[in-house]
Amino acid sequence: MAQSKDFHIIAETGIHARPATLLVQAASKFTSDVTLSYQGKDVNLKSIMGVMSLGVGQGADVTIKTDGADEEDAMEAISTAMEAEGLAE
Amino acid sequence: MTKNFKGIAASNGVAIAKAYLLVDPDLSFTKTEINDVAAEQARVDDALKASSADVELIKTKAEQNLGAEEAQVFEAHLMVLSDPEMSAAFKQKIADDKVNAEEAVKEVTNMYIDMFEAMTDNAYMQERAADIRDVTKRILSHLLNVSLPNPALINEQVILVSKDLTPSDTAQLDREFVKGILTDLGGRTAHASIMARTLEIPAVVGCDVATAEVSDGITVIVDGFTGEVIVDPDDATLASYQKKAEDYLAQRAEWALLKDQQSVSADGKEFVVGANIGSPKDMPAVLENGSEGVGLYRTEFLYMESDHLPTEDEQFEAYKAVIEKMDGKPVTVRTMDIGGDKHLSYWKLPEEENPFLGYRAIRISLDQTDIFRTQLRALLRASAYGNLWIMFPMIATLAEFRDAKKIYLEERANLEKDGVTMGDVKLGIMIEIPAAAMLADKFAKELDFFSIGTNDLIGYTMAADRGNDKVAYLYQPYNPSILRLINNVIDAAHKEGKFVAMCGEMAGDPIAVPLLVGMGLDEFSMSAPSVLQTRSLMKKLNTADMKLLAEKALDAETNDEVIALVEAATK
Repeated sequence: MAQSKDFHIIAETGIHARPATLLVQAASKFTSDVTLSYQGKDVNLKSIMGVMSLGVGQGADVTIKTDGADEEDAMEAISTAMEAEGLAE
Repeated sequence: MTKNFKGIAASNGVAIAKAYLLVDPDLSFTKTEINDVAAEQARVDDALKASSADVELIKTKAEQNLGAEEAQVFEAHLMVLSDPEMSAAFKQKIADDKVNAEEAVKEVTNMYIDMFEAMTDNAYMQERAADIRDVTKRILSHLLNVSLPNPALINEQVILVSKDLTPSDTAQLDREFVKGILTDLGGRTAHASIMARTLEIPAVVGCDVATAEVSDGITVIVDGFTGEVIVDPDDATLASYQKKAEDYLAQRAEWALLKDQQSVSADGKEFVVGANIGSPKDMPAVLENGSEGVGLYRTEFLYMESDHLPTEDEQFEAYKAVIEKMDGKPVTVRTMDIGGDKHLSYWKLPEEENPFLGYRAIRISLDQTDIFRTQLRALLRASAYGNLWIMFPMIATLAEFRDAKKIYLEERANLEKDGVTMGDVKLGIMIEIPAAAMLADKFAKELDFFSIGTNDLIGYTMAADRGNDKVAYLYQPYNPSILRLINNVIDAAHKEGKFVAMCGEMAGDPIAVPLLVGMGLDEFSMSAPSVLQTRSLMKKLNTADMKLLAEKALDAETNDEVIALVEAATK
């Protein structure tokens, strides 16, 4: 049963720079597939190039999906990273 | 076969070692059709793995030498190298198009570079395109089996040979391995030269032909006194330069005996010989060389090496560290000198026709007073820990000094109200603009001290850019016109009982020091390795004789005439 969660991006710079790096690092720790969806496009959240290519700015609504053996832990870790970095609510 | 050429002597000492060429290798290749897809894909994996190993090493060195923040860019490089989508795209390309790995890497990375560069409203993403270019070069170098040099990868004693050295190159130099520096471009006052002197690495710059004439791994002699370079020397030459290198080391050992002595002339007049720094990281050299003060702390590096405007606390920590280490000896801090050729990545200054005659230094501080107030508050808080002097750069008019002082006093009052402990602080200005030098008598009534910044003062007086080869001959520190400006400032200050320092290259120059002693300059501040040499020179000078020499020099006609006068008098 895949997990899915919506986030509203509040960080001024959107998902760029350090926050993007941290999200990718968080996602890469898990074996589950992790997807970031924005404006109808899906990218692999373990790919820094993919995440950066979406150009997610402030005020964007994004969805993160995790799918695999450790999908719940993955979602938990990504949510924590999002909040700790002041990225999203 | 032995070859000789000559450049500009930029940092004293003689170095003999193998050349390490810091030059981008040829990364061109031809697109070929391949049959064994799996083998080609394996080449990609190997190249990615080897590239990551390189970057890990570079990152570790950068962390040690530049700090964690500067090293973050390499963290980003590592993430790109381990990006699962990108490596999948390389392999897909090889499988679909039956092309060699080099071609696949080029096409896929170009697609990303184009995509990021197209985000023209986003400077951050455009910079990431540069990261991908860097990473691509490294992957290609491994595929093509050529070495892509980087200062952090050096692990034996070498002479570093390059076209030019960037601040980030020099920051990564390891003194243990880099014995000498040789470049095609640059002058004595270029960044690489100043760094070489700070790190005490012999250097010859501006050779034009260094990267063309020197091949990787060949033995090179770099004579930082004369600017001579000898490639692949014979045994006799090698022996004579080895002796010269040893003699210099012996001389340095003799100077080292003066480390804990006061700077005095032969007739007992006391002077302050201090050192210039750009960061708290420069303090070991300041202390090792027995500096009697920090005559110039260039705070702009705090701004340039950060990715945001440094906060009050970040600045406070840096200033406090320097002031505490000097243990009561004077520390002169120059407020932010951004503009001209010094830029910030995170705060774009307006494009200007003439940046050196434009919006820079105190002109920015008095316009963006929030930034200025933050710096002054940090400095005032740090003043509690020792002997702080603050000076404002690029002052042209009295009104500018008065405005800056007013803001300073307001922040001082604000902190007092909050019960913050502060020390006594002296306030002064840099003399870089001839207008201020001419009006020094009026300034002297309102401030505590002057510090003469000779590089800019000479540039603005001669209206010549020292970095422009075509007009570099106009960089004449001993021209009587310059000496008269300096003398005017010293006289004007002393009439009001005020203190005069000099913090430009000239303060440690063996030709200038006798003249400045004669004119009565109070403090000489220079790169730390010149401190003991200058102290040793002062011990031999008699102030009455030097006063007569200075008078003759002030009445001379040309730069060369002054050099001849000094050489005749101090022989």
